[in-house]
Amino acid sequence: MGCGVTKNSEFNRKFDKDGNAIPAAITMKAAVLIQRWYRQYAARMEMRRRYTWNIFQSMEYADLQDQIKLYNFLGYLMDNFTPSSSERNLISHIFRDNEVCRDAEWERYFNYTNIDVPEIYSGPRLTFPLDMDQAADLVEAFKNKQQLHSRYVLQLLLETWKLLRVLPNINRVSTCHSKEITICGDLHGQLEDLLLIFYKNGMPSLEKPYVFNGDYVDRGKDSIEILLILFAFLLVFPGDVYLNRGNHEDHIINLRYGFTKEVLNKYKLHGKRILKLLQKIFSWLPLVTVIDQRVLIVHGGISDTTDLALIARIDRHRYVSALRPPKRKTPSRTNVYADSERYDEMIICKNRRGSLTFPKPFGARESFQRRSLQDFSSTVARTLEEEFEVRRRQAEFSMSRFSKSHRSLSSTLSSDSEPESSELIDTGNDEWKQILDLLWSDPMPQDGCIPNEVRGGGCYWGPDVTEDFLNRHNLQLIIRSHECKQDGYEFCHNRKVLTLFSASNYYEVGSNRGAFVRLGPDLVPYFFPYQATSMTRGLSFPQNVKRTEHTALKVLREQLFVHKSDLLRAFQEIDKENTGLICLNDWASAIERVLHLDLPWRVLHPQLVSSTTEGKLDYQGWFRDLALKKPSSEHIEQTMLETLYRHRSTLETIFRIVDTDNSGLITFEDFRQTLKLLSAYLKKEISDEVINELVISTDTNNDGSIDIDEFMEAFRLVDKSRLKRGKSLLKLMQDNESLPQVTETPQIVYSTAPQTSHCPASQPADPPASNTTDSACLQTANTPASQTADSPGSLTEGCPASQMEDLCHITVVVVPPQ
Amino acid sequence: MADKHNAETIITETQKRISSAFEVFDHESNKTVDVREIGTIIRSLGCFPSEADLHDIIAELEEEEPTGFVRYEKFLPTMTKILLERKFRPITEDLLLQAFEVLDQQKKGHLEPEELTRYLTQEGEPFTQEEMDEMLSAAVDPDKNVILYKDFVSMMTFDDTR
Repeated sequence: MGCGVTKNSEFNRKFDKDGNAIPAAITMKAAVLIQRWYRQYAARMEMRRRYTWNIFQSMEYADLQDQIKLYNFLGYLMDNFTPSSSERNLISHIFRDNEVCRDAEWERYFNYTNIDVPEIYSGPRLTFPLDMDQAADLVEAFKNKQQLHSRYVLQLLLETWKLLRVLPNINRVSTCHSKEITICGDLHGQLEDLLLIFYKNGMPSLEKPYVFNGDYVDRGKDSIEILLILFAFLLVFPGDVYLNRGNHEDHIINLRYGFTKEVLNKYKLHGKRILKLLQKIFSWLPLVTVIDQRVLIVHGGISDTTDLALIARIDRHRYVSALRPPKRKTPSRTNVYADSERYDEMIICKNRRGSLTFPKPFGARESFQRRSLQDFSSTVARTLEEEFEVRRRQAEFSMSRFSKSHRSLSSTLSSDSEPESSELIDTGNDEWKQILDLLWSDPMPQDGCIPNEVRGGGCYWGPDVTEDFLNRHNLQLIIRSHECKQDGYEFCHNRKVLTLFSASNYYEVGSNRGAFVRLGPDLVPYFFPYQATSMTRGLSFPQNVKRTEHTALKVLREQLFVHKSDLLRAFQEIDKENTGLICLNDWASAIERVLHLDLPWRVLHPQLVSSTTEGKLDYQGWFRDLALKKPSSEHIEQTMLETLYRHRSTLETIFRIVDTDNSGLITFEDFRQTLKLLSAYLKKEISDEVINELVISTDTNNDGSIDIDEFMEAFRLVDKSRLKRGKSLLKLMQDNESLPQVTETPQIVYSTAPQTSHCPASQPADPPASNTTDSACLQTANTPASQTADSPGSLTEGCPASQMEDLCHITVVVVPPQ
Repeated sequence: MADKHNAETIITETQKRISSAFEVFDHESNKTVDVREIGTIIRSLGCFPSEADLHDIIAELEEEEPTGFVRYEKFLPTMTKILLERKFRPITEDLLLQAFEVLDQQKKGHLEPEELTRYLTQEGEPFTQEEMDEMLSAAVDPDKNVILYKDFVSMMTFDDTR
């Protein structure tokens, strides 16, 4: 086996000085060389793309776990504080029942008729009942960055709510009359993608039925606009638009992932009412859609206990948040939350008594003991610690998802807790589990069905469960969403399960495509992948990879930086002789222990470590290299700042919960209480001094209140390392055209450069109403006012000259103005 | 003795690298990867095998009855040997440049996309359409619509050294 290096002389010899044709053998050699070289390059790109993906996913899941943990913690507090305690009051409102009032009373609360619309308002003025033109106008208005007036928002939502209340849990659709049904997956507030779909496929109509599979909101910045558009079409074409509920159609989740914030910012006066109405609407969204009794469309998935007959009978609106079972009307149980969260039970195998939802050791529910948060910290902390330890181990295992240890642990769990948990499950719990499974589950390659600890809800289900389920219900395909896929869609379980994701560039510009699917009477899916981009120039594959990788690594470096104290301690434990050096292996295992992110650290290390001496890393120097500017406040100790930064999402979530009037402001006192809550949750002391320091350091309005957004702003980290790299940075810029704008979290990147006009370069007129041939390629003209210095070349992502219908790519340039 | 220790360390380090790279593609975490990803893994470890080379390697790695998967136990020794013997060594910038120059028979200093496409999809170990498109998207200068291969090569090899 040769080593493949061609000798230089072979080429030189054959150069003909008169420029005569060179023998074929040599061109072949040259071709092979180039091919060999390029394939190697592509493979390295693929590797980078792969681990970049891993980084984003594991961070996404780690964050989700955090949310679940927090919610459980608050639930626990609810059960164990006296009703009158101030801490409980801070958070009790999110657990309050909605069903106390009758609908008629609620309609009064949501009354919009006394909201005046000023003359100068130039947005759409809706009249009900809505018609197709108004719906189209609404789309156009949002495209032009207009905002619908709150009066019309409330009116539209009220009408939607009325309609949803009469819909069944299971939508049933048929492809009779040769109608093709279009199905879309997660949109996550990315209006660009919805507009792209409408442009490519046409808007919903009698001839063009649509099914939307949940997760319309959160993360992206136009969640409310997407909802309004979908609801408008639902009202106009109630027999041709079908909406499924996703796990993000849930006000608790919205607190953390941006939708609540978005609504409050856009609708300062009436945002709270709008959110309340949306809570109801979300709970009334149907759970599942079935096409021709053959194809099941659901947001998350199924489990081995999923039963459509049971699901059809549920009172779905009682489950306002899928994270929490509804309070039972009969007071028979001592603790309603004891029968919740079968998963919690299974997880706390070691010390069930200490389960967050099983507060027995702290007194029966009827006899609350007066406690302050401080008293609680110690007792709560003990059990919390154990619980967290178990969950952390769970997370570790789950991250390397299907590792052997994970499976053995979960079997340990089931054997340990089976006998006990079974007695707690009753029909109420069954119903709730059904919904949780539908909205939160993910498929896995192995057979079986295990709890989904990565997400904290739902299951992982295997191909055998799919097979069984399809047979039992006489179905042939499950279409679900919930997971981001590189190409916008992916089959699994022998092509019996299809994952469909419609938010392109989900992690970062260029990270993935979105896709929608069309099904005709033959029920064969046709795929339409796409990618919205806010760059004026199509990025090549390597550029995409590099750019996405850049963001992922940035986020990862942040994580490393904010765990500095823990990492340093871990390094020093290993480096007993205090040499200041540590070898690569130890570096990797220390990081893994501290961060609990199952990532290929050895593969990543060249990106994270600039230099080593003899295979050893100078770790102090390395931290200096990471060089992120801390949030200011030198008086506050490093570890505390790190802690706060690390848990800033949790902190912000608690703030928003505490901010009961949704004003975006909280009082000093509440702020203090919030930090104490956080302190109990983290089992870390946050002293009064620190709290005072934090209060002072935030530039408040000097009126005794703190602006939540402003406070969170103070926690931005600035990436100084970019400034250091100078010349190579320049080169990097040339490669990438322009560096991504600063984003602190792996969210959608929107270029923040100011643009004066929003120019959907895709089309000047309305989208084509008819079904254009799918192999048509769409070339887009470039936009004016391009912010990069690049040549105004036309934007192309040419349709590969293939006959395959499902490979039509279009790229639409949408330049978001500021 | 120091040599022996060094040799051992090198082997261990090498094997750790192999294991890490393998892990990235081991989606089910069961120490197997899809055989179609073997090429990517080998190349990502710094080797430059040709398709023919890969073909031979895969034949070695597959089971008696091919399952479509390659097990780590088989992959490790094979890959270790490849790395330690430094097979499939990198292609230098100079060599690459010369290869392009060979194709540029008229000595224009650049190549037309159609030219390059013809060569790379018909000669040697032909590219698929997808591979060709990907390479063109990175290589073609959008203003002039040609491949300025000198710039292209230096840009890509700079990338290598990162």
